[in-house]
Formats: sequence, structure tokens, C-alpha cells
Amino acid sequence: MEYTGAQILLESLKREGVDLLFGYPGAAVLNIYDELPNYPEIRHILVRHEQCAVHAADGYARASGKAGVCLVTSGPGATNTVTGIATAYCDSIPLVVVTGQVPTHLIGNDAFQEVDIVGITRPCTKHNFFVEDVNKLSMIIRRAFYLARSGRPGPVLVDLPKDIVQTKTKFVWPEEIGMRSYNPTYKPHGNQLRRTVAELFRARRPVLLAGGGVIMSGAATDLANLARKLQLPVVATLMGLGSFPATDPLWLGMVGIHGTYAANMSINHADLLLCVGTRFADRVTAKISAFAPRARIVHIDIDPTSIRKNVQVDVPVVGDCRLSLQGIQEICDLTLAGKDWVAKHADWLVSAQNWKKSTPPTCQKNGEVKPQQVVEALFGITGGDAVIATEVGQHQMWTAQFYAFTRPRTLLTSGGLGAMGYGFPAAIGAQLAFPNKKVIVVAGDGSIQMNIQELATAVANRLPVKVIILNNRHLGLVRQLQELFHHGKYIASNMEAQPDFVKLAEAYGAEGYRITKPEELQPVLQKAIASPATALVDVVVERTENVYPIVPTGAALDEMLLM
Amino acid sequence: MKRHVLSVLVENESGVLSRVVGLFSGRGFNIHSLNVAPALEDGVSHMTITTYGDSLALEQIVKQLHKIVSVIKVVDFEDIPTVEREMMFVKVQAEGSARGEILRTVEIFRCKVVDVSHSEMIIEATGDHCKLEAIISLLQHFGIKELARTGSVAVRRSRKAD
Repeated sequence: MEYTGAQILLESLKREGVDLLFGYPGAAVLNIYDELPNYPEIRHILVRHEQCAVHAADGYARASGKAGVCLVTSGPGATNTVTGIATAYCDSIPLVVVTGQVPTHLIGNDAFQEVDIVGITRPCTKHNFFVEDVNKLSMIIRRAFYLARSGRPGPVLVDLPKDIVQTKTKFVWPEEIGMRSYNPTYKPHGNQLRRTVAELFRARRPVLLAGGGVIMSGAATDLANLARKLQLPVVATLMGLGSFPATDPLWLGMVGIHGTYAANMSINHADLLLCVGTRFADRVTAKISAFAPRARIVHIDIDPTSIRKNVQVDVPVVGDCRLSLQGIQEICDLTLAGKDWVAKHADWLVSAQNWKKSTPPTCQKNGEVKPQQVVEALFGITGGDAVIATEVGQHQMWTAQFYAFTRPRTLLTSGGLGAMGYGFPAAIGAQLAFPNKKVIVVAGDGSIQMNIQELATAVANRLPVKVIILNNRHLGLVRQLQELFHHGKYIASNMEAQPDFVKLAEAYGAEGYRITKPEELQPVLQKAIASPATALVDVVVERTENVYPIVPTGAALDEMLLM
Repeated sequence: MKRHVLSVLVENESGVLSRVVGLFSGRGFNIHSLNVAPALEDGVSHMTITTYGDSLALEQIVKQLHKIVSVIKVVDFEDIPTVEREMMFVKVQAEGSARGEILRTVEIFRCKVVDVSHSEMIIEATGDHCKLEAIISLLQHFGIKELARTGSVAVRRSRKAD
């Protein structure tokens, strides 16, 4: 029996275990949509903007650990995915994005809805494919998933011309992936692990720095085991939040330009940094020449290009974070059993605790609703048993600082790209992955308006996603930067002209709530979160609250402004 | 900043050149010369890239090239004995007494004259990039009208018996 390209695509997706397809139809992909009813295993979610198909697939992937998949049409459908793809690329999220394309004979003719999406996305995908022959389609889909999921994960795009989708051929599911040019290194080098253990044993002021790679590789348990065994204080990047329980005494907080005092001071004074699955982004290191000035650095990462890109390291370990941490633990158990790991740095643990106690993240309460209080209330209500998505801005940093993430895959946030409009669709994806979990978006009034149309998607699919808007009627982080570093020139950061979010939610068929006083926080949030419906809570917060600590541009991590 | 010659084997797929070139431009590395041609094996292309950078930049370039899914192999020829050659055509103004002088230069550098007219000669020259630079600087004196260079290609020397 012969299959059309459309059938081969869907059959291949099915074999890759795809159960959700986020998409938006258009002329170039209608043959694929025609076939969808024949594949009931694959549920299609119709979004309201192609960017959100990618963000939703990304949220699904971050929450579940599986690859997210989307399908969009050619031209504008394809270009609308670019922000989503770049978001996933920066944060190493496994996605397969299938774009329709004009028929092969029209390519290069500036046809209607034609765009060179393979060219456009080359720098922001892990790899991309143009399907020129229907006989290669199943292999390309297999390779796309393999590439997206393996090594350092990332988005892969497959561009599929309309005539290829219509062409019939025999379906062959390739047994072998056969890519000689792609061999990610999972197993770390034994010598490097032994050197790491030697460094750990020598260290008097060790710190464990966890990045997103810990979550990605499923290494959170191994990280916690090692940290507890060796009594290492733990800090994490924004992407690493949830990799270690923020309720643990060893936890010092997020590191970086909005990191906690304790985390940043510990980096500055450490004599050894064990860095796992992080790429030393500029938001983490602040002034690079003054980063960890007293420390020797061990850096574990599966991507060799991450090592020695920004920071010079003393012990590079190329490999999977989980296997590396397990290897380190084994060597510790075997060769150093019975030795006292803790006595040598007991003083250091005390100093770290003192920093943590003396200067915790805090806010001055004054009768108005403080945005930080909202996040604290959310943690109080959920107890950490929820998936929290954020948009990008002040609310994102307050969520990172004031919500005690205790498990991996419970924070969905655009860390690398910083894409406003990410959080809400990502939450939709996460809710579809886990229909029974509480999924909450913390948003700003600016960023929620970038993709607020997805209320329709949430309501149509009866998703109980909660949108909590910390509404300061400003682009808060921009306003803060203008206040602190641009001489108070508040240009284009006022967002007073805004819709009535409660009425807007109701117009979409969702529930709408408003909070204007601190005492309303607990009852109203509780009610909204308990509701089985899509709900939006407009929390009117103090207008000019700033995010602290903040490391000014060009300053070192320990040169934080605390208030 | 040191000159480096990189030998890169890639799958001969559409877009592979863009991936390599885009990597250099997107990450702020520079390409001094680039030569691409089919390799011995079917479906594989061989690129020779010459670039300038310090050792850290080169480490990143090599790692980033490796990271491109279509790249099979990358070798930085630094500290490896290699034979390196580049070919060029120089169309040079050649009138009157200059003709003799040009021919002498051609002989000294073991170049070839491949085309000649009343007023011009086209000279074919092969050598490493230093030799070609030397030829160009000598011929510039007569007036170079056109220049076409291939960019370097290089190959590792065979191991000598001890």
C-alpha cells in the first residue's frame, strides 16, 4: 500500500510517540490536516497565533521532558514560529516544528506565502531540514526527533512542500538513524571525574552551581545526593531553579544579576565552583573578569562549546550531567569512604548561612499589594505542588526570588531569549501534558498582552490554567532600568492604557478576578486556583516597586544594589 | 592573532555552506579564505578555511564547527606538518620593456603565462599564501588589472620514518 507524504508524516509522528500537536492550519498544510482524523492518537490543539503553537509545545516539553511538536503553514505561519524557536534554542528545549512550504516547482519564485524558513531559522535551530523527496520523509522525521532529544536538546525544523505532502510512496520506517556526523558525548571521562573529586576534597569554600542542564538530564536527585553527602552549599541559575529544593538548608538561592545576596556572595568568596549544566550566561556572571575571582572551576556540560566559551575552567568535564554526577558520587563513595568531608569546610557553611539569614529577599510592606507578596501567597497556597510559568520582566524575577521551587520541571520561563509572551502559551502546553496539575502563569500587565488571545485556546480546551497578572500599569523592568540607570527618563514604559482584564477574561469565557488589597490575596487566589475553569486574576500592585538585588551593568556579582 | 588553516569534512547537503559561513558571521569570527570542493568519498565535501584568531577563539571555532550536525570532521592544522597551496590568476599590464621584466619574475617564481595580448598577460601562479603575496607585490609595480585566487587548500604530510 502506498502512503501520501501527509500520511507518512503523521504515521512517523505516531511512531515517535507524539500525542499532542500544536498547530494552525493554512493552504500549504491542508492535506496534512485532512488526514488528522485518521490518527486519533494525535490530539491537535488549535492555537490563536503560530508563535503560541511553538511556546505551547515548548511548555509541554519543559513540563514533561518529552519533545514538543507543532505544525504550521508556510510564509507568515512559518515566520511567526521564529520567536518560539529562538526561545527553545536558547534554553535547549526539544521541539520538532513542521512548516508547510509552497510546492517545489514554485520555490524561489516569490510565490504567495513563500518564505525561506530553512534559511531564516538556520541560526536558531539545532538543525533543520528541507524535504525534497517524499522517500526521505520518514528518515528526516526520525532524525529530527533524535536530534531534538539527544545530546544538548534543541528545536529542529522540517520544511515540507505541499507537493511532497501529496506525493505517494511506500512507507518505510528506518531502523537505523545513521548519522555519522553527530555523536554527542554522554559518558564523561573517568580522569576528569577523579580530578573533580580531588578538587572537592581540597576545597575549603566549595559551592555547587546548578544550571538548566541538571533538569534537562534528569540529574536533580543525583545533584541533591551529592550536595547533601558533601555538604555543598547550592546556588542555581534561573534555568536551574527546581533542580534543588529551595526549602533545603544548603540552598542559597538564585545567582546572577537579580540573584540573592547569599548566592552571589558565595560565588565571590568560593575557592571551588562545581558548575553543572550551565553556560555562564552574562546574566549569571555579571562582570566576567570579576566572576568567582577566588575559585577554581569544574564545569560539567554535554556541549563542548559551552566549556571555556565565557569562563576559563580548571577541570572541564564533557558529558551528561546525570552520568557525571553519578560518577563523581561513586568515586567519592569508593575512594574516600570514612573521611570527614564536612569538617574541612564547616566554617564556610556557617558563613553561607549567615549571608542567607542576614539578607534574604524581602519587601517593605506598606498597605498596598506588593508584587512579592502575591508570589509568596501563591507558594503558600500551592506548597510548591504546581507548575509555574512566567512571562518576562519584574514578575519573572520576583517569581524566581520568592517562590521556593522544590522540584524540577515546575518552572517554565524564557531564560536565555527573554521572550515576553512566552508564559501563557507555555502554561497551556504544560496543562495539556498534566491535566490534573495546577498550572499557574505569573504575568505582567505588559507581557500578558503579547499573547492574551490564547485565552480562547485555554477556554476552548477547558484548561484550568490560571493567569495571575501583577499589574503595575508599567513595563516594570524597563521603568526600573530607566529609574536607576537612565536618569529617570520614563519613555514608553507607561502602560496605563490597558483593557479591563477581568472583563476581557469574561469576554473570552474565562473567569476574571481582581485584587486591590493585601487582605484579598489569600481568599481570591485560593478561589481562582480551586476553580475548574480558566481563570485570570488581575492583581493591582504598587506601581513603582523595584526588583532587588540588582547588579548594575558592568559591575561584579558582589556589587549588588540591595535596595 | 595567528593564521590558522582548518580542514573541514562536511556532508554534501544543500545549505551546508550557509551553516558554516553563518557560524563564522553569527559569532563574529572571520574567514580569510574558503575553498570548497568534492572530497574523495561521494556525498562528502572538503572545505579548507583560513582564519585568524587567538587560541581561545580557535578552540571555539573548532568546537562550534563540530557542533554543526552536517560537519563530519574538523582538523586545525596548527602544529601539524602540512603542504599548503593556493592558485591564482593575475592579469597584469604588460607593455614595452615591462614584458621582459614580468617574464623574469614569472620564471623566478616558477609561474606560467597562460594568456597574452599586446598590452596584458595572464599569469598562473601556485604556492603557499606567502609566495602569492610576494608575487602580487612584485607585479603590482606593473599594474594588476584583475586577480582571482582560489584560497588555500592543505593536506597533512605523510609521517616520516624515524
